[in-house]
Amino acid sequence: MSALENAASGGDFLSAGARHWVRFALRRTGQLLVSLWVLITAAFAMIHLIPGDPVRSSLGLTASQELVETTRQNLGLNDPLPLQYWHFLQGLVTGDLGMSITSRLPVAEIVATRFAATAQLALSAFALSVVVAVPIGVAVAVRTRQGRGRVLDLGFAGTSVVLGSIPDFLIGVILVWIFSVSLHLLPVGGRTGLSSYILPVLSLAVGPAAILSRIVRVEMLSVLEADYVRTARAKRLSATRIHLGHALPNAVTASLTLGGLMLSGMVAATVLVETVFAWPGLGSTIVQAILVKDYPLVQGVVLVYGCGVLLVNTLVDVAMTILDPRSAVIR
Amino acid sequence: MDSLKRVLRTPLGVGALSMLGLVFLLAIFAPLLWGEAASETDTAHLLAPPSAEHWVGTDSLGRDLWLRTLVATRLTVLLALGATALGVLLGILLGSAPALLGRRIGRFVTAAVNILVAFPGLLLCLFFAVIFGVGEVGAVFAIGLAGAPTFARLCHTLVAGVQERDFVTASRIAGRSRAYVLFKHILPNIAEPLVVQATIGAGSCLLTFSGLSFLGLGVQSPAFDWGRLMNEGLNRIYLNPLAALAPGLLVITAGLAFNLTGEAIARAFNVETSGSWVTATAAARTAARKVPAAFSAANTVPREVLRVTDLQVGFPGSNPVRGVSFDLRPGEALGIVGESGAGKSLTGLAIAQLIEPPGQVDGEITFLGMPLRPDGGEDQRKLLGTSMALIFQDPMSSFNPARRIGEQLAEISRVHQGMNRRAAWERAVDRLRAVRISDPQRRAGQHPFEFSGGMRQRAMIGMGLMAAPKLLIADEPTTSLDVTVQQQVLDLIDSVREEEQVALILISHDLTLVAERCERILVMYAGRVVEDIPASALAVAQHPYTRLLLAAVPTLATDLDSPLAVIPGSQPDPSTQFSGCAFAPRCPLADDICRTREPLLRNAIPPIDDTRKKPGLGITLKTSRMRLELNLGGKPGSPVHTGQVACWHKGEPLPAPTLIDDDLPDETLAGVGR
Repeated sequence: MSALENAASGGDFLSAGARHWVRFALRRTGQLLVSLWVLITAAFAMIHLIPGDPVRSSLGLTASQELVETTRQNLGLNDPLPLQYWHFLQGLVTGDLGMSITSRLPVAEIVATRFAATAQLALSAFALSVVVAVPIGVAVAVRTRQGRGRVLDLGFAGTSVVLGSIPDFLIGVILVWIFSVSLHLLPVGGRTGLSSYILPVLSLAVGPAAILSRIVRVEMLSVLEADYVRTARAKRLSATRIHLGHALPNAVTASLTLGGLMLSGMVAATVLVETVFAWPGLGSTIVQAILVKDYPLVQGVVLVYGCGVLLVNTLVDVAMTILDPRSAVIR
Repeated sequence: MDSLKRVLRTPLGVGALSMLGLVFLLAIFAPLLWGEAASETDTAHLLAPPSAEHWVGTDSLGRDLWLRTLVATRLTVLLALGATALGVLLGILLGSAPALLGRRIGRFVTAAVNILVAFPGLLLCLFFAVIFGVGEVGAVFAIGLAGAPTFARLCHTLVAGVQERDFVTASRIAGRSRAYVLFKHILPNIAEPLVVQATIGAGSCLLTFSGLSFLGLGVQSPAFDWGRLMNEGLNRIYLNPLAALAPGLLVITAGLAFNLTGEAIARAFNVETSGSWVTATAAARTAARKVPAAFSAANTVPREVLRVTDLQVGFPGSNPVRGVSFDLRPGEALGIVGESGAGKSLTGLAIAQLIEPPGQVDGEITFLGMPLRPDGGEDQRKLLGTSMALIFQDPMSSFNPARRIGEQLAEISRVHQGMNRRAAWERAVDRLRAVRISDPQRRAGQHPFEFSGGMRQRAMIGMGLMAAPKLLIADEPTTSLDVTVQQQVLDLIDSVREEEQVALILISHDLTLVAERCERILVMYAGRVVEDIPASALAVAQHPYTRLLLAAVPTLATDLDSPLAVIPGSQPDPSTQFSGCAFAPRCPLADDICRTREPLLRNAIPPIDDTRKKPGLGITLKTSRMRLELNLGGKPGSPVHTGQVACWHKGEPLPAPTLIDDDLPDETLAGVGR
């Protein structure tokens, strides 16, 4: 029975638990709306904050004044600011993100075709790092608690610090060197079949996995000393049940905040990793767009990335509240 | 200087600082030494692979890539430091805004920072890079601004922590301006964590900057930093992998140098938390462990629920329990009392097989006829899981906060009795009802935080009743509860004991509580049982320690103006070796024998008087300072000590100051001393 069902079965009056949920939902929605507004406004303001004429700098010094003027007209940049803002919001609601200056394609279309490639990368990397890091963190915690396993402890600390400090794109370069250049096992780049996913996903996952496993270990170590774990042992549950059923959920709750940061960080890290692997996603798109000063396209991708991050953060908060209902009350 | 020494005391600090030193040396001297050589073109070797002459090969203009990598250190480090400085400065400004500008503006700034922090730095970076334009100056601003929110958040938390301290409040009341307070009192006090964060921040700025340059958004040709060199090298990774890897390696090294330095500083100024246990001792002990006799399928039903023989608990370097033996009959209530550190809780945990390495349990424990072993198999697990129930001191933390109460109860039936989910849940609800929790159906679906302390402790007892317990071990079950709730919980334990014929071990430091609820009492001192006494015979206790404990119990009649009675001195530390009676240093009766030979538990001396003719006697003892009234709860039987005492002077009257109430017949005396 989930907490939601429980809240719903409260009957004709709202139980205390359900009230917490309603309050949490309201507050979280409020937060989300404010953040979304900030994001949209920032994306809108971006073009206007660029020193000089963005269209001129985008089209280059050689472009005719006439072309610049037409483009400005097309982009609506000659309208008064509030009107432009209004049009921008209207566009968002109807899914119109404007036109790319360089390719003259609708931004929404470009974003739509590239979105999946990026989302696949980020999500598989996130799944991989969680699947690898949580068991490692738990196992190391169980084996190093109360000063046991000093060698394992040191080895783990060293490895995870080093792996966690290498930026993703460098891991990408190193992986390319090992598996593509030296061993000729995997493609060096592009998005062609399953094998082309391996290296980009790995380069995104290694660093976060190292950091996450450290956090899981620390949380697990403190949870393993908790009174309720002693209670679980007094109930004579198997070690697996104690570690995975009683300790892990509490350790994960605390690690989840970091997990959320990790996932949104991964979304951002795709920018670099996609460039290493010439991956046809949003990341390589935004880098190219910035370099050629295709501002409407930049704007569109920034919005999508920002929304992705907000979505992840909200999901993490909801997950956390389900796992640990106290957090809905306390926060 | 002093703080530098502190950082250098650890191997981590030495390693990190020397790495960082190397990076800075390169940054300073590489351009001076090889600056010209790095821009020298060699048209004979365009795009050359690594060779003896050019270690990392050459670029499209024939310039030596290794030298260029070394020379690039300066620009890379400078730009990273510039961005860090900008981020730190902005961060401190934003973070201390509430302290500087007052609450209203401060709250707005904090809310804005909280929104910005939710976005990954790299995204903010790209956003600002668009506004400031592609190039190194733009990138410095972009990275600095992108790093500011995180720093601001940290700074804000730190400022808030210091702001309520007395000296800050005092300065504010004295009429100092906010800026004065901030710079004079607040910032100096949060300097250390800020320095740590700035150092680690410099590391991530360096990595981010390399990333931006690698993307082509940072340093532009003809200038070059490590990221730029990698950007140029990546296209040729098949021909010359080193061209991209060499600067990459330096990026990793420098990033790690900053990170580890930050870590080392953090450790130097914080107390290390992880203690170092001597694990070797534990291993040696495991090897030497006595293997208990195998569990013989006992065809005779044991008369006792529990038999403990010479129980010892050891930790590396100490022996908190040193030989405890007793039997427990079905339904019997046994109290274990003693000061904290006497080993009573560890005795309980050892019986329950809950001592974990490096702790080590020796001796024999037989529960319902089965010898218990620390590595006991499935049978033992099932037996303990269904027949032994435990209640711990702190009900607030003894339930898993993440799971429903009902689930936690039902788990026992599901695991040990093979019930399905629904049946186990019904059983849990029924047990909650049995421990008098109202509306158990709804309560079972709640989480521990929705229960009060007393309710949790009752639910804990209910959890013990899920199967068919034969023994309940309650370790200070009421210590953390309100006085009124204490009585309810104890009454509940009593009724459970009666209804289900459960034996009880009640562990407490409270002698009166144990005397009221138990039939028999073990008095523990320094890891040993010094007296094993029927509760009804407490008044004629024969061990001086028991008698002094009794005297230290205040009652309603205690003179409030006088100080509470105490036994002077303290228990010997479990890690020390001593000969003789452990209580001798504090004992008014101690003599040379006591100090050299340890007394063993022997039968109490038989009563020499006719007290057995006076059942249910109330006893009043009086000292010069206090009166002690001990109501033995009307339990039938006369105060005859039929237990055991470990004392060379058992039963001897304690010396003065001793005062005996004249109203009482001489036979009932108990010596009282202070």
